[in-house]
Amino acid sequence: MMKTYDIIVIGGGPAGLAAGVAAHDAGVDNILIVERDDHLGGILNQCIHNGFGLHTFKEELTGPEYAQRFIDQVLEREIPYVLNTMVVDMSEDKVVTLMSRERGIETVQAKAIILAMGCRERPRGALNIPGYRPAGIYSAGTAQRLVNIEGYMPGKKVVILGSGDIGLIMARRMTFEGAKVQCVAEVMPYSGGLKRNIVQCLDDFDIPLLLSHTVVNIHGKDRLTGVTIAEVDERRRPIPGTETYYDCDTLLLSVGLIPENELSHNSGVQISPVTNGPVVDETMATNHEGVFACGNVLHVHDLVDYVSEEAGTAGRHAAEYVQGKVADKGEAVVLKAVDGVRYTVPATIHVNSMDDKVTVRFRVAGVFKNRYIGVYFNDERKVHRRKQVMAPGEMEQVILRKADLEAFDGLHTITIKVED
Amino acid sequence: MEERHLTCIRCPLGCQITVTLDNGEVVNVTGNTCKRGDQYARKEVTDPTRTVTSIVRVNGGDVAMVSVKTKTDVPKDKIFDVLETLTDVVVEAPVHIGDVIVADAAGTGVDIIATKQVNA
Ligand SMILES: Cc1cc2nc3c(=O)[nH]c(=O)nc-3n(C[C@H](O)[C@H](O)[C@H](O)COP(=O)(O)OP(=O)(O)OC[C@H]3O[C@@H](n4cnc5c(N)ncnc54)[C@H](O)[C@@H]3O)c2cc1C
Ligand code: SF4
Repeated sequence: MMKTYDIIVIGGGPAGLAAGVAAHDAGVDNILIVERDDHLGGILNQCIHNGFGLHTFKEELTGPEYAQRFIDQVLEREIPYVLNTMVVDMSEDKVVTLMSRERGIETVQAKAIILAMGCRERPRGALNIPGYRPAGIYSAGTAQRLVNIEGYMPGKKVVILGSGDIGLIMARRMTFEGAKVQCVAEVMPYSGGLKRNIVQCLDDFDIPLLLSHTVVNIHGKDRLTGVTIAEVDERRRPIPGTETYYDCDTLLLSVGLIPENELSHNSGVQISPVTNGPVVDETMATNHEGVFACGNVLHVHDLVDYVSEEAGTAGRHAAEYVQGKVADKGEAVVLKAVDGVRYTVPATIHVNSMDDKVTVRFRVAGVFKNRYIGVYFNDERKVHRRKQVMAPGEMEQVILRKADLEAFDGLHTITIKVED
Repeated sequence: MEERHLTCIRCPLGCQITVTLDNGEVVNVTGNTCKRGDQYARKEVTDPTRTVTSIVRVNGGDVAMVSVKTKTDVPKDKIFDVLETLTDVVVEAPVHIGDVIVADAAGTGVDIIATKQVNA
């Protein structure tokens, strides 16, 4: 007989931990959290800077402190978990295959599954840089792990390509460890990182941020000796004559994150081509019955507080599913993202089964100043909210109330857009 | 008269604020869109502070390094003095969140504490 769990949570980062806790508190205790690393906590273990938890705990914690709060909640409730164990497969009928050095290959049956695998960095092969690949080129996240977990400094003179938050955080971190950070080059005309990180990680240490610039050449054969950076035009093509050489032994690539969804793909979970994460409804349920998703596997977050909140929703609803408490959901209202709004999470809402309110999160496609967020029920505008600024680096949200949705006769589509 | 330019970080708008100082006294703040920007700018030019985070080596633990932070903010110009006090510090496992790693770092009156649980 295969061992059966009510809920299997894949991933023991903040999303998986919060989902497990919420499911337990909703009355399900036959849970297993599966983590491939040797510690719970996920990416937060290497995010030693502060700035986590302002929303959840009303204080500024570092990543490991924030993670520990949730680890403690899991331990207090004695929620079972396994470490050093990777989920390698998940079948359509929810048979989960686990692999570990200790126990080899095992298969277990789940009644519900919560996907919480987080995201990974874009591979550097995706970068269009000609030339050799000498030693000294790291993704920013790898460098963060080396410095903060292993205590190993990759180099002394650093150039960072990409102004995502990990790159910005690493600019300060490497400076603290005695390295000289020459510059951060960003191909877009705006930074993908949080303003706060630009000020406190770059401006504080006079590290230049070169917008509309990219690395066009890599120098050095065995070990990196320098890079050539050039300005780019609106179509992101290098402008001849703008090349500048920078001496460096280390190049960090901070070129974005993508949700880690190989498992989801294989088991027939529908993936959004925009977020690269599963398409979910207001309960964080995917199209695959009994499979839920939360955290960075769903869409990349910059605030862990939202991850925990979303994970709580997934955990509660997974518990209800297992307990057979899910009423007939009825027809789904479709959320449409248009005119500058790239996507929404959730992608559909069932008015019957929704909580009193649902937070819809989304990202915009460019920098918009003094524009409005418009929310339409079918063709009728319901919300027209002015925003002084919206940027791709900062997630936006609107809150929808069940009462409003119920009151609108024949509601089938909610459209969210950026407008005048 | 001295002018200082800074970016407000209190919200995503990121207003470019100009502060005019006379002998270290703020005489004018412009460029901010709201009151919070004014407060931020005044504090930034007269008493800028930061929380400093780093790591120190652990002996006999289940990880090699333990992350640490200053318990409260320290003056911005003390950041590197505070970091200096961590060079060559090695602690013994176990370490608990909140354990004092360096007391009164660099004369700031602020302790550096552990932010990670390290088991022996
Ligand atoms: C550098 C950096 C800086 C950040 N700074 C901030 C900040 O200042 N403030 C803030 O609020 N937020 C910040 N964030 C965001 C926040 O840390 C993330 O949003 C959050 O950690 C996401 O949680 P998660 O559980 O979804 O993913 P993760 O933390 O990535 O956890 C996923 C876990 O799943 C495991 N896993 C994956 N696949 C499998 C598998 N097949 N089998 C078993 N286990 C698996 C992984 O090992 C990992 O432990 C930052 C993120 C990064 C990367
Ligand atoms: S001044 Fe006000 S509006 Fe401008 S960035 Fe600061 S908090 Fe935001």
